[in-house]
Amino acid sequence: MSHTAMPAGRQPLSARPERAELQLISARRGRRLFAAATIFLFAVLLLQVLDATGVTAIGLVSWRPLLFAYIIWAAALCTAQILIRGEDGQRAAFVLPAVLFTVAMVVFPTVFGLYIAFTDWNLSAAAGRRFNGLDNLRTLFADVYFWNALLNMVYYVAAVLVQYAIAFGLALLLNAEIRARKFFRVAFLLPLMLSPVAVSWMIGKSLMEYRFGPAATLARHLGWDNPAFFSTPWLARTSIMAMDAWVSIPFMMILLLAGLQALPAEVKEAAKVDGASGWQSFKEITFPLMLPVSMTVVILRIIFQLKLADIVINVTAGGPGGATDTVSSFIFREYRDRSNVGYGTMLAEFYLVVIIIFVALILKGASRWMQRSN
Amino acid sequence: MASTPYASAGDEDRTGLWSRRPRFMTWSLLIYAALILWAFISLFPIYWTITTSFKTAVNVTQGHLIPFVDFTPDWKGWRSLGLSPDTISAPSTVRDEFVRRFLNSIVASAGASFLAVIIGSLAAYGLSRFSYKFLWMRNKDISFFFLSQLILPPVVLAMPFLVLYKHLMLLDTLIGLILVYTLMVLPIVIWIMRDQFDTIPLELEQAALVDGCSIWGAFLRIVLPIALPGMVAAFILSVILCWNEYFFAALLTSSNAKTLPVMVASQTGSQGINWWSMAAIATAAIMPLVLVGIFLERYIVKGLTAGAVK
Repeated sequence: MSHTAMPAGRQPLSARPERAELQLISARRGRRLFAAATIFLFAVLLLQVLDATGVTAIGLVSWRPLLFAYIIWAAALCTAQILIRGEDGQRAAFVLPAVLFTVAMVVFPTVFGLYIAFTDWNLSAAAGRRFNGLDNLRTLFADVYFWNALLNMVYYVAAVLVQYAIAFGLALLLNAEIRARKFFRVAFLLPLMLSPVAVSWMIGKSLMEYRFGPAATLARHLGWDNPAFFSTPWLARTSIMAMDAWVSIPFMMILLLAGLQALPAEVKEAAKVDGASGWQSFKEITFPLMLPVSMTVVILRIIFQLKLADIVINVTAGGPGGATDTVSSFIFREYRDRSNVGYGTMLAEFYLVVIIIFVALILKGASRWMQRSN
Repeated sequence: MASTPYASAGDEDRTGLWSRRPRFMTWSLLIYAALILWAFISLFPIYWTITTSFKTAVNVTQGHLIPFVDFTPDWKGWRSLGLSPDTISAPSTVRDEFVRRFLNSIVASAGASFLAVIIGSLAAYGLSRFSYKFLWMRNKDISFFFLSQLILPPVVLAMPFLVLYKHLMLLDTLIGLILVYTLMVLPIVIWIMRDQFDTIPLELEQAALVDGCSIWGAFLRIVLPIALPGMVAAFILSVILCWNEYFFAALLTSSNAKTLPVMVASQTGSQGINWWSMAAIATAAIMPLVLVGIFLERYIVKGLTAGAVK
């Protein structure tokens, strides 16, 4: 894939002829190696396709040989780069493995996914894959539950701002002159380490349990007669948001704290000398200085929030009536409970397009805003 | 919130300050109250899970909270896992299952993190030191290509991977899981490591190159040892992310390569679960990471803040 763009070893001949000679020989070797590996890759591909379509019967059990052929090809490509282009090739060999890996792991599945998205394919149905054009897209536009899940994502993303406010407060607290800072920092960080699945049980299914969960008991003591945290749509959504906040606030807090600690000390000193009150110095000095960090943190969190699924899948499974559904958890159930592969993939690809547009807009808006405020 | 320059002076001054400035004292009281409140919020669910794994049915329903004071700890939850002192030596299918899931989780997360740190560090070093040109893409675009993988939601890749893995016979194998997890953490590793390499002065490698090292030799012998703490941070962060991963594990594994989160989730799904055994499983699942959090906090913070805060 990448060999077309890299100029083939046309390096200026160096002053010492024997070295140039050597370079030429090794370049020839590199080209030969690469050509052989490419031919091998295509030969395996051809064999596999022939075998899969039933033209020949070598009896290949799986497509694994192609995988090995790709690995050999990738190794040959790296070696050939070094042989052909010398030092430049050695430099290229640093970044090539990651590029080849990512391309193989992402590009192929996304393209293949696009194909699945336009088929009618249900794993539990007897009929196999069948191309059905834009039918999936039409179903998608008429699917109330999908749009409902997308609307929920708006709420969940909006909740990031609340998380940000709390996280900023905590970061300020940790940045104050306190004792046992290390203890508090570790304690605040711990929720981040826990798996969302365990958190689903720990908080969603036991702490908030209706009959004898401590959170429900506490709510009863505070005068709430019927603390069913997942009964009404808004209540359930808020509970999920609270759980998600519990897990993800530490992430924002740590980044904001690092930002606070990196602030130049003179700035704060200057504010004190001017006699600014705590709130004033925060509003006029700390907060504006923290804007770049805040931007990074909020954008990162929004990107992660768009993938929110584990907690919803395990606590409410989208209920009640789809009120807590995220797009990811909705598609997850489409796959696992209804085995509706074609339609589920269309939903996922559509969601990907929505995400890309949304994130691109945010990034653009953020950079423009930062420029204006500077 | 020391609002006077004297705050950091000796003890005598400080006591004087406390009595003279009641406003300062209320401030610090408020700060400590807020800190303790949030520490309680952060720690109580963990405390609750651990203690519940030592409760019996009665203790759970009556909402007892403090061991030895209002309930007597019991090994019931751990016995159902085969991990209590009296069952630890007897054969137990539940324990075997649990240990297998646990080992799967370790292999998958450590393997993926290892792979990601290796190829991620190489790429990050290249991107930090050399300037590439590939078609229209320059360093900035290549970095963006890697980072943009962060945006990709797992659902987009899930189905194609399921089909792909079926044909490659990688379904329900740890290798398959490791490959997916590597893909998942690679952008983060590259981000952290590029930041690390940017902070290492160029002169060190230049000296090595002058001494006759090759580019790779300079990287392996000079740069790598200096960047090791950053690599450890990236590794730990990757392990945490992989250990907690549920989505791919739930879809791509069934019996053989199932990981701990999938086991926990499958237990919560079944009706009439025992709280004590659920709590024991949850405790066992979160304990390694709680310990990592307590003892390796420095590295986690380092990994999280690399690149994001300048």
